[in-house]
Amino acid sequence: MSGVRVLVGTRKGAFVATSDARRQRWDISGPHFAGWEIYHVKGSPADPDRLYASQTSGWFGQVIQRSNDGGKTWAPVGNQFVYDGVPGTHQWYDGTQHPWEFKRVWHLEPSLTDPDTVYAGVEDAALFRTTDGGQTWQELPGLRGHGSGPRWQPGAGGMCLHTIVQDPSHPGRLFIAISAAGAFRTDDAGKTWRPVNRGLRSEMLPDPKAEVGHCVHRIAMHPSRPGVLFMQKHWDVMRSDDAGDSWHEVSGNLPTDFGFPIDVHAHERDTIFVVPIKSDSEHFPPDGKLRVYRSRTGGNEWEALTNGLPQRDCYVNVLREAMAVDSLDACGVYFGTTGGQVYASADAGDSWAPIVRDLPAVLSVEVQTLE
Amino acid sequence: MIRVVLPQHLRRLAQVDGEVRLDVDGRVTQRAVLDALEARYPALRGTIRDHITQQRRAFVRFFACAQDLSHELPDAPLPEAVASGAEPFLIIGAMAGG
Repeated sequence: MSGVRVLVGTRKGAFVATSDARRQRWDISGPHFAGWEIYHVKGSPADPDRLYASQTSGWFGQVIQRSNDGGKTWAPVGNQFVYDGVPGTHQWYDGTQHPWEFKRVWHLEPSLTDPDTVYAGVEDAALFRTTDGGQTWQELPGLRGHGSGPRWQPGAGGMCLHTIVQDPSHPGRLFIAISAAGAFRTDDAGKTWRPVNRGLRSEMLPDPKAEVGHCVHRIAMHPSRPGVLFMQKHWDVMRSDDAGDSWHEVSGNLPTDFGFPIDVHAHERDTIFVVPIKSDSEHFPPDGKLRVYRSRTGGNEWEALTNGLPQRDCYVNVLREAMAVDSLDACGVYFGTTGGQVYASADAGDSWAPIVRDLPAVLSVEVQTLE
Repeated sequence: MIRVVLPQHLRRLAQVDGEVRLDVDGRVTQRAVLDALEARYPALRGTIRDHITQQRRAFVRFFACAQDLSHELPDAPLPEAVASGAEPFLIIGAMAGG
């Protein structure tokens, strides 16, 4: 029987929610790794029972956990992330150069085809890869080394590589995004990279159209149309129709174009979801109303989805990793809040209900569709 | 036999209950104890001290015999009471954070 498994990372542990395909009744397990920050938990597309989790702590540093049984049991694997060669420097808040220092893993992206291969996006921004199921990690140094690295700078949340998108039709092509550097693409499996930020405009930069320095929050792609990308930037919702070579704004009638997550419907590749947030200093929904916005036209024309979501006195945030879609019919949409709620919609956003509502602040939400 | 007390989060990570007891060859120093601890429990590598520099993580402290030994040199001998097993070597998560 088909169903879904929702993987939730929070400030104080991981939780796993499971349901049958109706997605009405949920079993919750956790907290796993109680007391630790779980930045991300994600399953392998090639083996749904293989999960990876990024477990971090201000006291005890970075741990990577692996499960081979769908999250019932876990075991720590390798946690050594060493920058390749001389780490070099990037721009610091005061304009000086600052050495690269590993802090944590923000994002784990298992390979589309091999359960033992996983990409890790880390702070300070770099891309690592394991090909032995997480036992050892090697940097793909071409990203930091391509030339613009000294101009990257940390955003308020740190200088993190938080988005990794694999192109299923071009096995060597990856997109990544860094706050605050921007989006980058490789076409040769990570050997060489180039910024793909043309068309982005960031008023907080001395040159708003600079090649790098943009605070990209999230990029999403539909696997059947990998040349089209959607981006939630610090401000602005953007779209590219040429694999990132150029971008244009599709914020349209959104009440605010600031936000963090963005995702694409599993079966309708022009249907996208965002959660507008009031501003970069007021990280909560406008007017105290938690609304997901859906565009069925690939951007520009947006409708508010409110059924089942709090429409008064709601001042939570939805972070960049905290939205996901399943591939059941109808498409399920999920998101978690800094107030500890995880909401699910089993009808592509038309109606919502909380899976669970009193967790620690939610950092990440992923979903696996199980056959 | 050296007795080591881990903080709760590291006990859970290493899957141990209560004190850890370690055999340490040669001089009993902070480095020798941590080397033996990490050899027995590889999951602890990188959680107490940096993989490469071996510097103590900022919010980890080492106590023994009612003394804070965190700032002692890693190759300095630990107190005789720790070396003899009369007193445990305490690894502490500092009071910090939320």
